[in-house]
This record gives sequence, C-alpha cells and structure tokens, in this order.
Amino acid sequence: MKPNLTIKTGSPTPIYRQIVDQICLAAATGEMQPGDAIPSVRTLAERLVINPNTVAKAYNELRRDGVIESQPGRGMFITDKRDVLTKSERVRRIQPLLDALAEQSVMLDLDNSELHKRLDQALKQVGKPPASGEKP
Amino acid sequence: MTDTVIQTDRLTKYFGSKCALLELSMQVPRGCVFGFLGRNGSGKTTAIRMLLGLLDPTRGSATIFGHDSQQLPDNVRGKIGYMPEGHPFYRWMKAKEAGRFQSGTYPKWNKDLFEAVLEHFGIGPDDKVKNLSRGMRAGLCLALTLATEPELLILDDPALGLDPVARHAFLESMIYVTREKRCTIFFSSHLLSDVERVADRIAVLDHNVLKACCCVETFRKQIRQVILRYEDVPIDSARVMSMPGMLHCVHIGNELKLTLVNANGEVDEALNHVGASSIEQVPLGLEEAFLAYLGDKGERTSFFDKVGASQ
Repeated sequence: MKPNLTIKTGSPTPIYRQIVDQICLAAATGEMQPGDAIPSVRTLAERLVINPNTVAKAYNELRRDGVIESQPGRGMFITDKRDVLTKSERVRRIQPLLDALAEQSVMLDLDNSELHKRLDQALKQVGKPPASGEKP
Repeated sequence: MTDTVIQTDRLTKYFGSKCALLELSMQVPRGCVFGFLGRNGSGKTTAIRMLLGLLDPTRGSATIFGHDSQQLPDNVRGKIGYMPEGHPFYRWMKAKEAGRFQSGTYPKWNKDLFEAVLEHFGIGPDDKVKNLSRGMRAGLCLALTLATEPELLILDDPALGLDPVARHAFLESMIYVTREKRCTIFFSSHLLSDVERVADRIAVLDHNVLKACCCVETFRKQIRQVILRYEDVPIDSARVMSMPGMLHCVHIGNELKLTLVNANGEVDEALNHVGASSIEQVPLGLEEAFLAYLGDKGERTSFFDKVGASQ
C-alpha cells in the first residue's frame, strides 16, 4: 500500500515529522497523485507499530499545510495543491544542502560536469523530470 | 475526575531507613499509553506494587478508577490486567491450565484472543510452562493478561529479556489494545525506542523522585545540547556554569558542550551573553535526551517540576 513509509526510532527527527516528510516527498515526486487515498490513522499506526496519536499529529500537520485533505466519511486524500511554500522559502530550505554538496564535491575533486550529470540522475531517480523543472 | 485512571498523591515508601519512592504525585488520564521510566532501583516497581495494593505505602495515597489502592473492590480489580516483572508462573502448569486458572479469577475471558496470542508466540496449549523459553513465557503472560480484556493494563518492564521479534509482537499487542478507546496502558521500560513508538506521555523517576511527567515530545524539546566555540577568547566557565537550566558541561579543547533543560527564551538570552565565538545546536533523540538528563552529573536538579505542573 502507498505510500511506502518507514520510520526510525532513536533519531533526532521525531516520528511524526518523519511521516510528514515522507508523505510530502511522495506527493512532490508524484509517487502519490492528487486524489490518492492515504491510510487511516489506525491502519498506519498498526502497520508502523506506533501510537495512533503520533499518526494523527502528522496528519494534522499535513492537513494544515494543505498536502492532504479529509473528505468526511471517505477518508484522507492527497490534494493537488503543490505550491504550499513560497519560492523563497523553498530556496531557503534547500540552500544548506546545496552548500554541503558543493563543499564535498570540491573536497573530492569531482569535476562540475560530472556533478551536474549525477545530480540530474539523482533527480530522475526520485521522479523529477530533467531541466524542464516546475510542474504546470 | 472519571478521566483520570491512576492518581497518586505524595506516594512514599521506605524499606527500613532506605527510601524507595519519595512523594510521587502524578495522574494518568484515561485512554493514554503511559511510559514509566527511570534507571534500575529508581522506584518503578515499588510504585506499581503500591498502585495495585500489593504493598502498603509509608505515606501518601494512590487511587485507581477513583478507588483507594489499598482497598480495591473486586469489580475494580477485574478491570485491571497486571503483568508482573519477570513473568512468574506455576511451573508445573500447562499453558491451557494457566489459562483456565486465570479465567476463573476474572469476570471476562476472551478465549479466542488467548489462543490467538499463544499461537502468535508459537506456544502449544499442552506445553508445560517450565519448558517454555523466556520469550514464550512472556507471550503466555501477555495472553493471560489480554484475555481478561482489561480497561487498565499495567505492565512492569514487559520487554525485559525479550528478543527483538518478541518485543515487536509485544508492541503490536499494545497498539492493538488501544483500539479500545477507553483502555489505558501503564508500562515501565528501559527501551526508549519502544517508548518513543508507543507512548503518549512519560514519567521519569530519578533516585526515587519524579523528575518529569509530560508528553514525549515535550520532554524531548525541553532538553537541548549546544556547543559553544571560543576562538581567541578565554572561556568564561564560571559564567557558563551559572546559566539557568544547566545540566552539565563538558570542556573539550576550545569548546564547551552544554546540556540544558527547560531551554526557553531565558536560556537563549543567556547563551548570547557567554562570550562564545560561535554557538551550535545539536539535535537530540529521545534516548540521547534521556541519557543527558539522567546520566551522571555534578549537581542534582529538579527543573522539570515546572513542566510537570504546567503539562
């Protein structure tokens, strides 16, 4: 059943945050499409063997951010609203990772074209089409 | 009132002159999964035994479902499922005999559930208790407890000595039990990864004193580690040590690693005035927070009193 979630205990990232992040990623990469149902709180709690309140907390946050919506009596679904965060906020969040990537590639003496190629491949693997970028 | 299942009021126990539990006051709301944490010998089992009326308190009181623990009526006892530490049994019994024995003392008995749990742990009804492995004995104990369909489940270190597979089965049963909205689980444990998975709230005992009683997330957020780096400036350690919320401080080269509790605005403000060249926050998991909090430290603190009161 989608999405294929895994959680890690003992991590500095709380369990509810891990769920939020993974569902956001699944929605962003198209692994889950708008209108796809997500498992009920109870189902996911039993599947991951975690407290149902933790799942409920994650779902509340996802609903608040507009990633999922609940349709009374039917369950919870991925919305088609993607641009929840402003562009500058998205850039702000990705920047530290870009810096780290740049730093490492200098340290490992990787040439730029190689790096670009590998980045494109990595993007392709998570399902983002190359270069054309933003979704319509 | 009806929403509090367990309540203790300054519950205290001395064995001779040795204090086993000092002034434990806490509440366990209905329907929650409550983790009871603390190092060995911090008074967890003593507290549980007093809750069930198996041990008389030296001072203070405890109530379960509003009834005094020392005089629990039978109909209240019938609603409590208790799994003692170490899973003791009559060794000569067969699994099914242990079931028959237990069913005779409880008002409810869910035979299907009993058999399902036995099967899950690979126990045959005719297996003798003395021949069961530790994990199987725990499974039998769990089957006996769950089959009585308790409204309150009290588990004293249920995961003690279990392999990861048996532990996982245990956690699954705890989640299963919460299907029944009114069911409350109170369990003691050392396994923080399990606590992180299943618990809503935790209480932390340290040296027989309750130090924290709050949500798991609150506990984690209250404890913070920061690294202060001093480049070309002398370390003002006296100033750092006098900061509010200081748990402990480790000095490594030109860095100070601080563990702070109740890290609110006051602490942030103080951090800005210790004269460090840079300040780095270290994210902590629950286990690390717990270690940082209960690990050896120079000075005993009770900063969590505030948290316990406000949460």
